[in-house]
Amino acid sequence: MPAEYPLRFGDNALVLAQRLCAWVGHAPVMEEDVALANVALDLFGQARLWLSYAGELEARGRDEDALTFHRDAREFCNVLLVEHENGDFADTTARSYFYDLWASLALGELTRSGDERIAAIAQKALKEVRYHLRRSQDWLIRLGDGTPESHARMQRAADGLWRFTGELFIGDRLDDEMAANGTGFAPERLRDPWLERVHEAFSAATLTVPAGTWTQRGGKQGVHTEALGYMLAEMQVLPRAMPEARW
Amino acid sequence: MYRILDDVPDPEMPFVSITDLGIVRDVRLDGDTVVVALTPTYSGCPATQVIQGDVVRTLREHGAKDVRVGVRIAPPWSTDWITERGHERLRAAGIAPPAPHARCPRCGSGSVRELSRFGATPCKALYRCNACDEPFEYVKPF
Repeated sequence: MPAEYPLRFGDNALVLAQRLCAWVGHAPVMEEDVALANVALDLFGQARLWLSYAGELEARGRDEDALTFHRDAREFCNVLLVEHENGDFADTTARSYFYDLWASLALGELTRSGDERIAAIAQKALKEVRYHLRRSQDWLIRLGDGTPESHARMQRAADGLWRFTGELFIGDRLDDEMAANGTGFAPERLRDPWLERVHEAFSAATLTVPAGTWTQRGGKQGVHTEALGYMLAEMQVLPRAMPEARW
Repeated sequence: MYRILDDVPDPEMPFVSITDLGIVRDVRLDGDTVVVALTPTYSGCPATQVIQGDVVRTLREHGAKDVRVGVRIAPPWSTDWITERGHERLRAAGIAPPAPHARCPRCGSGSVRELSRFGATPCKALYRCNACDEPFEYVKPF
C-alpha cells in the first residue's frame, strides 16, 4: 500500500488543524475559542494517526514529526480547500462546513476499508468529525439566517470557497487503484450525497448554493496555492531552526 | 494488576480513575513484562501520553519489572464504557455523566440547556441548569 494514501487524509487534518489553531485568542466569543481549539486538537490527533501509518508504510525512518516539520509544500498532498486562509469567521465556517461534510462521507467509506489500520483510524475519526459537522452546520445556518450583514458575509464566504470544493470529488490514479482493491473509495461517488446535504443546509440557512462548476485542483498531487507555503513557514520554523529542541 | 490501575487518576479529572473511564482495554503478563492496552478517548486528547507514563510508573512501583503500554484505537472509545462508579464519581464532582438527556448534577433537574458544545477537555460540553441556574460540565455521549 502506498504511503501517500493515508498521507492525503493526514495532511487534510493537519493543515486544517493548524489553520484553526490561529483562531485561539481571536474568536468572536469565549465558547468559540474553546470550540475551535477542541476541533483543531481532534484533527491534530487524527493527523498523528494517519501520518504515523504513512511513515511506517514508507519505511524511510520518518515519523509523524518528521513528516509534519520536514516536508516542503510540494510534498504535502492535502486538498486546496483546507489550506485556504482563515479570513473572517464566515470564511472559516464555510471552509469547515465544506470539509466536515466531505470528511464525514469519506471517513464513512474508509470504515469499510479492506486495510485494517485505515478502517480503525477512520472509525475513530468519523465519530469526532460528525460532532464537528454539527457545529459548523449550525453556524452556517445561524449566520446565513441571521442579520443582513451575517447573511451577506456567509454568502460571500461560500461563493469564494466554492471553486475549491470540486477537487474533493476528483479521483486520480491512486484513488482508482485504492478503490479497485477495496482499500479506498472513488471520490466521485461522494459528490451527489455531499451536494444533497449542502442544498438542505443552504436552504435552511436561506443561502444560495453557488452555481459555478469550474474548480481549482492539484493539492492532492502537491501543487498548492501560495497560502500553504506561508502557513508551513510558521508551523515549521522552530523544529527546523532547532532540530534538537524538546519540550 | 487491573486493580492497581484503579489508582491511576485521569490527569485532567483526577477524581476518576482510568479504569472508571473504561480506557484500559487489556492487562496481561508476557513473561516478565506487563502489557497494557489503552484506548484514547479522543484522538487528540493530550492526557493520553501522560496516562501512558503514569501507568508505567504505577505498575513499576508495584513491582512490575517491565511494562509495555500500547494504544488500541479500534473499536473506538465510547462513553458507554464509563463504569457505574465512574458515573457516581463524576456526579459527586459536579460533572454530569453521559446520558441520553443531561441532568443537573447539583439539583437533579432534567431542565437544562447547552451553552457550548465544547468544554475544558475534549470529552465535555458546557450546560446550564434552568431550575437552579447553575452552570455545569457534561461528559457528552460519544
